[in-house]
This record gives sequence, C-alpha cells and structure tokens, in this order.
Amino acid sequence: MNKNLRTRGIIIAIVTIGCLVILFGPWNKPKGYAKGASDFFSPAKLKQNLGENIRLGLDLKGGTHLVMQVQADEAITAMTNNNVQKGKDDLKKDGIQYSDIKAAAPGLIVVENANPADHDKIREKFFTFMPEDGWDYSTSDNSVTFRLTNRYANQIRKDATEQAKTIIEQRINQFGVAEPTVQLRGREEDHQILLQMPGVDNPERVKELLKTDARLEIRAANGQRFATVEEANVSLAGDANKEVLPYKEKQADGTLDTGFYIVDKLPVIDGGDLREARGVPNQQGFGFYVAFSLKPGGSEKFGAWTESNIGNYLAVVLNNEIRSVAVVRNKITDSGQIEGNFTQQQAEDLGLVLRSGALPAKVTYIEERTVGPSLGADSIRQGIVASIVGLGIVVLFMLFYYKLSGVNAFVALVLNLVILLAGMALFGATLTLPGIAGVILLIGMAVDSNVLIFERIREELHAGKIVSSAVDTGFNKALVTIIDTHVTTIVSSAFLYIFGTGPVRGFAVTLTIGLLANLFTAVYVSRTMFFWVLSRGGRKSETLSI
Amino acid sequence: MIEIFKNANYDFLGKKKIFIGLSWLLILAGLVSVFYRALDGKDHTSPFNLGVDFAGGTLATVKFKSAPNPSVLRQALEKQGIEGPKIIIQPVTDEIGQAPKNEILVRLPNLVQVERQQGQSETAAKALSDADIGKQKILAALATFNDASTQGKVDINTIGSDNLKSELIGKANLDPQSAEEAARAIIDYREITRSGLIADLSEVKNINGVPPQIGESLDKEFFAGFAAVKSAEAVSPQVGADLRNSAIVVTLVSCIAMLVFVAFRFKSWGFGIGAVIAVVHDVLVTLGIFSIMQWEINLTVVAALLTLVGYSMNDTIVIFDRVREMMKTKRREGLEKLANDALNQTLSRTIITSGLTFLTVCAMLVFGGEVLRSFSWCLFIGILIGTYSSMYIASPFMLWWENWRSKKRAEKVIGPSRATNSTSGSSDSLTTSSAGVTPEMLAAAGVSTSPRKLRRKGK
Repeated sequence: MNKNLRTRGIIIAIVTIGCLVILFGPWNKPKGYAKGASDFFSPAKLKQNLGENIRLGLDLKGGTHLVMQVQADEAITAMTNNNVQKGKDDLKKDGIQYSDIKAAAPGLIVVENANPADHDKIREKFFTFMPEDGWDYSTSDNSVTFRLTNRYANQIRKDATEQAKTIIEQRINQFGVAEPTVQLRGREEDHQILLQMPGVDNPERVKELLKTDARLEIRAANGQRFATVEEANVSLAGDANKEVLPYKEKQADGTLDTGFYIVDKLPVIDGGDLREARGVPNQQGFGFYVAFSLKPGGSEKFGAWTESNIGNYLAVVLNNEIRSVAVVRNKITDSGQIEGNFTQQQAEDLGLVLRSGALPAKVTYIEERTVGPSLGADSIRQGIVASIVGLGIVVLFMLFYYKLSGVNAFVALVLNLVILLAGMALFGATLTLPGIAGVILLIGMAVDSNVLIFERIREELHAGKIVSSAVDTGFNKALVTIIDTHVTTIVSSAFLYIFGTGPVRGFAVTLTIGLLANLFTAVYVSRTMFFWVLSRGGRKSETLSI
Repeated sequence: MIEIFKNANYDFLGKKKIFIGLSWLLILAGLVSVFYRALDGKDHTSPFNLGVDFAGGTLATVKFKSAPNPSVLRQALEKQGIEGPKIIIQPVTDEIGQAPKNEILVRLPNLVQVERQQGQSETAAKALSDADIGKQKILAALATFNDASTQGKVDINTIGSDNLKSELIGKANLDPQSAEEAARAIIDYREITRSGLIADLSEVKNINGVPPQIGESLDKEFFAGFAAVKSAEAVSPQVGADLRNSAIVVTLVSCIAMLVFVAFRFKSWGFGIGAVIAVVHDVLVTLGIFSIMQWEINLTVVAALLTLVGYSMNDTIVIFDRVREMMKTKRREGLEKLANDALNQTLSRTIITSGLTFLTVCAMLVFGGEVLRSFSWCLFIGILIGTYSSMYIASPFMLWWENWRSKKRAEKVIGPSRATNSTSGSSDSLTTSSAGVTPEMLAAAGVSTSPRKLRRKGK
C-alpha cells in the first residue's frame, strides 16, 4: 500500500507540475525572445506568461470579428464572359463564320448561326482554352451550345472563395493587423470567410480596404480628349476592338479634370503583371501618387510595346476609369505611376490593394462584431467574480457537509481547474465568455463526482463496513457511474464538435477537457488522498471524517 | 454526519401520472405562448425573442457621460429614420462595488432593404447587402447629443486608434512615431482607466505619453463627446437563419447520439429512450418558458441549452446506473420497485449536486453581468427542470418501454393467445409493475443469464 501510495503521489505531482509549467511557462514569446531565469520565477513575468498562454476570444480581449460573403457566382459570370471573348478572337483568327457568340446566362455560351460543317472545329477551338470535362457540348441546327457542368461550377465557386481568402489574408497582413485569423467558415457551399482581428477597435478602414477592387490596366489610347460620351462614340465609329472610357484626374489645385478617351479593349499589361505598388509623396505640390513596378514578364511586354509605340499615347486605367494619359517618349521597361493627388492614407491603401491583386468576386459583410477592450475587461472581471463566488459556495458547503473529506473535494476542484486551463493552453483552445460560463458549470459537475463518491462511502459505512473497505467499495461502485456519465457527455460533445460551428465547438472542447480532467481528479487524486489519510491511521482507523 | 435524508423512502413513481401531467401542462403553456404570439398578427410580437444572432439586426452597448435618458435616445434614433416600436433600449445594471456604468443596450432591427433583382433568389439578394448599417445610425444619433460648438472637431471618445493617429499627424503636427505613441496612450487611458469614455478633454493632456505641446491643438481640433459605442454586433438575416438551423441540427444529432450510446451501455432501448425523452422534455419546457417570459435567445443560450442537456443526462444516468446495479442483487423485485428504490437511494446526491450547481448559477445571475444574463436564466430554469425530469420523466418512460417490450416478448415465448389475456388483465401499461428485467440488461449488470438463454434457445 505504501509503495502504491508513493507511485500515485509521484504521478499526481508530475501532472500538477506539468500543468503549472504549461500554464506559467514562457511558451508564447515572440520570435527571437531570449528566455532568462526570471521568465520562470519572477511573479510579474509569470503572470504575463499566463496571459500569453491562455488565448482569449475577441469578446474578452476586444477586437473585430467579420464574416464576409464571397459573391462566388460573379466568378462564373466573369469566366463565361472571358471565354466568350476568347472564342470570338480565336474563331475570327481561323476565319470560322458565325453571326454572334453570346453568354446567354452565367455558364452558358451559345455560338449562333455557324455552318454545321464547322461545328467540330468550333468545339475543338473552345476546348483549347476550356476544360473538356467542365462543359457539356451540344448542337442544334446552326448553333453550338456549351453548358457549364454543376461540378465544374462548384469548383469555380470554391476556387474563387479560396482565392478571395488568400487575397484578403495578404491585404490584412500588409496592413499590419497583429495576429489576424482568416479562415473559411461554414459549409463549403456557403462561400463565407471569417476574419478576426484582435485589438482592432474601428474596422471601417480595414473593411473598405478589403472589399476594394483595384483592377489596374495600361491600355493604348487615342490622344484626343472628348468632352462628352456622344462625341467620343461618334469618333469610335463602332470599332469592336476599342471602347470609350471616362477620364478623371484630380489636379494639384484640387479641381477635377474630366473627359472621355478612346482606348483599346485589350490592355497592354494588367494588375497581374505588377511586382510592387506604393504610395509616394508628390515632389511638387501636395498629395501622393502611387508608383508601381512590373514583374519580369510584364516588363518585357511593356518594353516591347512602348518601343514600337513611341509618340503614341497610353492610358493608366483603374477600375475602368482613366487616371492619366501620357505620350510614350521612350522605351519604358519596368515602372510607372498612377497620378491622382491622393492623401497619404488613400495612396498607401491603393498601393496595398494593387499589390495583393484583384478579388475574383465581390465580397459583402454579413456579420460584424466589434468589442471595445473596456467591455472585454468588464466581462473578464464579472466572469472571475462569478467563478470565485460559485467556487466559494461549493467549497464551503462541502467542508460543512463532508467535514475533512470536503478538503479532499476542494483540492480535487482546484486541481481540476488547473488541468482544464493547462489543457486549453496546450490545445490552443480559445477562452470566450460562454467558455467562462462553461467553466463555472464544470465546477458544478466536478463536485458531482465527489458527492457521488462520498455518498457511496457513507452508504457503505451505514451498512457496517470498516473504513478502509467502505472507501474501497464506495470508490469502485461510484466509478462505474462516473465513467458512464462522463463518457455519455463526451460522446455528445464529440458530435457538437463535428456538427457545430464557432462558439458551439469551443464549448465542446472546453467541456471535454474539463470532463477528462475531472475523471483524473475526482477518481484518482481524491482516492489517493483517502489512501494517504488511511495509511497514516494504519489498519486501526475506525472513523472517517465524512 | 450531517444528512439531508435518512433512509429516504418516498413513493416517487406512484405519483408519476400527476407529474407527467404537470409536464404536459408546462409544455402546453409554452406552445400556447408560441402559437398565440405567432398568430396574433402583430408585428412586434414573435414566438421567441430571438437575439441578433438569429434574427439579424444590430446590438450595441453605448456608454454615456451621465445617467442616460432612454426616451431621448429613442427620439434621436427615430430621427435617423428607424421605426420607434422596433427599437429596443435597455439600461445595463450596475456592478456591485463598481462606479455607475451609465450604459445602455440598443437593439435595432434589420435595416438592410433587400432589393431582389430579376431571377435572383431571396437568399442571394440578402447576401449582397452589408449588415452594419445599424451601427452607423446609432453613431449618427449619438452625434446629435454633442452641442454645436463641436462641429468639425474630432470626437476623442468615438475614434479608433488608427484614425486617431492620422488625426494627430494632420491636426496636431506630430511626427508618425510620436503620434502613434500618443494615440495608443490616449486609447489605453480611455479603455482601461476610464472604462470606455473620457469625461473631459483636459484629462487627455495629463496622460503619460501625450506630448504637452499638443495641448493647444487638442482644444482647437478635438472634443470629448457625450457618448461612445463600446461594442456593436451586426448580423445579416441570412447568417441568422444559418446559425439557427445549425443549432437545431446539432442539438438533434447529439440527442440521437446519446440515445444510441445509453441504449448500448445499458443494453436496452428503454433506458436510452427514457433518458432522451427527459432531455427533450427539458429543452421544450425551457424554450416554452423563454417564449412566455420573452427572454432573449442568442448563441450563448444555445450553449446553455446544450449544457443543460448534458446536465440532465448526467442526472438521469446516475439514477439508471443505480437501477442496473440493483438488478444484480435483487432480480426478483419488479423493475418499478427497483427504479423507485434507486431514486430514493440517490436522492441525497441529487439534491446536493443540483443544489450546489443551482447556487453557482445564482452566483452567475448576480455577478455575471448583462452579457451572461440570458445564459444564466436558461440554466436557472434548466437545472430545476433537469433535476425534476430525471426523477419524474426519465424513469416512468423507461419503465413504460420495458413493460411494453416484456409483454411483446411474452407474446413470442408463450404464444399469442395467452398474451392477449394478460394484456386485457392490465390494460394500463404505465401502472403495471411486471418485471421488465431483460437477459441483456442482466448480462450488462454482470449476472449470469444461462437459464434464460436456454429457454430462448428452446423457443
């Protein structure tokens, strides 16, 4: 028995010390932080470590929680239109006749009035740039129809969401938010992105930044400016390769210079060719402009084009709006700028948005929660007060009702809390407000195991058993019940975890860790303490304070 | 030894009809409230008081410099074009031992006007609009409380740290680094020291980390506004519906999982069904009371409902475990007698545990603050109902199922003709006290069942 007791004592000591080390150790320090001895021993440092090890939810720490809906169907529309354009170009190159190619609906391309003899050629042409297993091909009379398959449509939506997530991640990181979380949320077909930003108290600028779409293009332009759309259209004379775009440029004196230009439909280079974009202060006058540089492939394209177009005009187009028009004076290989008299913030944000690339589809904000740090502090304080009061009531009652055995329950409860917190730190579980409530409730459920055991021991004592055997039988009988109740709850938490979202999942994790901790403390630790008390009294112990 | 019950011997199951009737009454009351509120045709009453998590809309905590006047705030919000009856304004109770909070909870309905385009589904149209208009309206309404002299100045109470930095650079001529430090110092002071609201601009000048030279431009360009939004939640209706559906699915799935698991553990469907009916009963009664009282149902309440499901299940299993244990030693006694004995023997434990948990919940209700209020109410009701149901609902239904099964078994073993006789002899299956101990249950309880097995082989 004594040897047994020593082994038990050692195991308990290892678990307790292990948990304390996990909780108070300097484990979540920034990279390159040199750990010193004081990190393990100075009380102030230990308290700081504890704060770093327990991850607090946004509702306690303060910050912004945003859920974005990706309009994934837009990606399908854009892709369809893109393919229509490519189809027109390719068929024209090969001299295949048709009256029109239309995107009849998102994911539905119709080539009208083509010679049936050409149908196979059309099919072949389209499938050079469209995946063959993604589109159903059919013909009727003179027209050829390509219909997007559902599977491929879902794939496109999924890809658009993933891509939007990556871009949002890039923008957030470059914006300099500390420890943001960006993840897909809900089911796959929901196309939602969850963004959590601890410490961000006023998310308006970030929100604007994330949903901004910046499509930068440089296109060949006709140098003539028109005052109205109508005049420009007359001059355009229905040229299918060119279009009229509005021109807006803010002058240094603050006035807006407007007009219309005729530009090529196809850009020389676009946002995909950008390597860098950054806000730079204007040398003369006020404000900022955005300077950009190009990737190797883009600079070759741009260099070749400018070389052969010296004396012609080019237009910098942002979101289908011409920002500036300039004459090509010599070969430009790798850089350019967007004029516009921006404020510093605008120029920085535009540069950032350009660097991260264009969103594949629009995003909207469908859920937004902002918690100021002061409210989080209130909640933590209230949660702690409620926990202490709850724990106090339980402990006082146990001491009153079960006398010295109540001490046993007290130790088990406190150790339970320590293991629970250490488990949460270990698994990186987040402590939220409902989580605190869950912890308070776990106190109630943990004490249940002790009550079960104590009541059993009392029953056995009533039945006239000697103390040591009453303790043994009491524990053994209660153990069956305790395991049954715990496993049932763990099984249901497992389902909560699998099928639940967000807070429900966090709740399931907290509950499961707590129940496992409770199995250990109420059964193993508490029994060891009884053993210890009994071993001190030897075989003679006839009474038990219970 | 202090004991609450000495050799308790109450006839719990004898009065089961009364209690099952009482439960039906509670559930009916809830149903009446749900249907009455759903069908009365009034716009502002709904079966459940759904929080923004489920119904969509905006919920904000607003802090004021002095005790706020709800009706003035309501008027200001109505001026922003929000329908008066749909605005819910609720003062936040003060914490014991803390300074008065002067806070108000403002709840606005969904302000997003859904414009459906041709051929677009309603969900798709809803998804197109942002959810946060309510917060902008509240901020606009609060701005009207500041007097005219503050026009064009920067409100130091509503600004975020990032914007404050830019304003300090622009209006107080600080270099970026000291502007960032000053902004952080001011925000920390506002949030931590002053709990969200700076009463007077002069306080700012004395904050450590704020350069003294900006005092003049502070007076000229900044002011400390009358109110600030401490937290705001905006949820679009689409998200609300998603969250609600997933909450319902999760609860159902975890109930089925528990049914199967308990049935497996006790080797009898009766125990599983009894336990799960008790749990479903708890959820129904609690939801009914939430409908009657019109307490708010939000995501934390769902967490509370799940907690009480686990709690009630825990209670029931403790009792069932005792029944199973007694089946080993007292096979001859009827299952009903065993169940009643089990209830009596676990009575002390039930009362102590429930009592203690109940007291902890009371602590949460008193000290837990506004955000936990609904959660605490849910558990307050849930623990009372859960304890009651594991005594008066779970066991009767378990007995009813086992009796029904043993009758069916009797039909198989003895033959249909005699079984009909025995059924007519005791038509009320709920009150029969015939032994419902099955060989499987005995096997689970560790009792040898060889004679029965022989008989089964023989059939």
